Amino acid sequence: MAVDRNTVTVGTELPAFVRTTGFHNWNRYAAVNDEFVPIHMDDEAGRAQGFPGAFGMGNLMWSYLHNLVRDWMGDDGRIVAMGSSFRSPNLRDMTIEARGTVTAVRDENGERLVDLELAVVDHDDPDKVLVPATATVALP
Amino acid sequence: MPDTHITPQMLDVVGLELRSATSFPITDSDIRRWAIAVYYPEPAPRLFWDAEYAAGTVHGGIVAPEDFNPFAWLTQTEADVGVSARAQGGFGPEESLGLPAPATTAIINGGTEVEYGARMRPGDVISSSTTLGAYKEREGRLGLMLFTITVDTWTNQRGETVKTSSGTLIRY
Repeated sequence: MAVDRNTVTVGTELPAFVRTTGFHNWNRYAAVNDEFVPIHMDDEAGRAQGFPGAFGMGNLMWSYLHNLVRDWMGDDGRIVAMGSSFRSPNLRDMTIEARGTVTAVRDENGERLVDLELAVVDHDDPDKVLVPATATVALP
Repeated sequence: MPDTHITPQMLDVVGLELRSATSFPITDSDIRRWAIAVYYPEPAPRLFWDAEYAAGTVHGGIVAPEDFNPFAWLTQTEADVGVSARAQGGFGPEESLGLPAPATTAIINGGTEVEYGARMRPGDVISSSTTLGAYKEREGRLGLMLFTITVDTWTNQRGETVKTSSGTLIRY
């Protein structure tokens, strides 16, 4: 159910997009993005990089941020812009949560534009931000 | 410690194209599979796989998720030259323009900023052109840090901009 734009104000929180991640998610993403990299496929390769095991693709977390925003806006909403940086890897079996909060609401050229502060965090340790991000969306 | 990593030759190539690629036409199956993968294990939104439903949205038909990559699994450009982009991989922006790489030892992905335009649809052919946008420098905790901004512009066969991404590479 898409959000009613008239209820959106600064501080509105988006319903989180949550996934427990591992090879089931990563192999599917590797298959569509042709991203077969040992660190995403093999615990030994992840350990060789100094991590406890294999870890997920940064680009998949980027997709999860889009899903978070899209699920909130509905199909008629528009993602105008998004930016992010990767800080920490998505380790195997970690439950990650993409979250968002409205930071500004404005009308421009007949569109209701909303700025969002986003993050992918470790669900069990929510202070741990894996991917800080921002976005601007146009609500229908 | 050098005073600067940015040589006059590097400044000369700012604005030049680093690489370009043209995709094969996007199919509805490409879109459906991408959407299923990035929503797994929950179902993907109908907009990405149900033509009848999608026709009733503002998009008037199936569109791809904004994060969809039409350049996976071979591009027309790679097919034409007979070389996989991966075989040429590992080069920094300077090396792909025939310059020596700056004398840095570490490299970090500093993040990406994307602006979206026209949605990608089944049948679309997307062209990508990546240019060297700018160099910046700053003294950091780990020494002199070189910020390289590359700008990747995607255009569809109608000449509409699909997205513009600015990526920052941090080297020190």
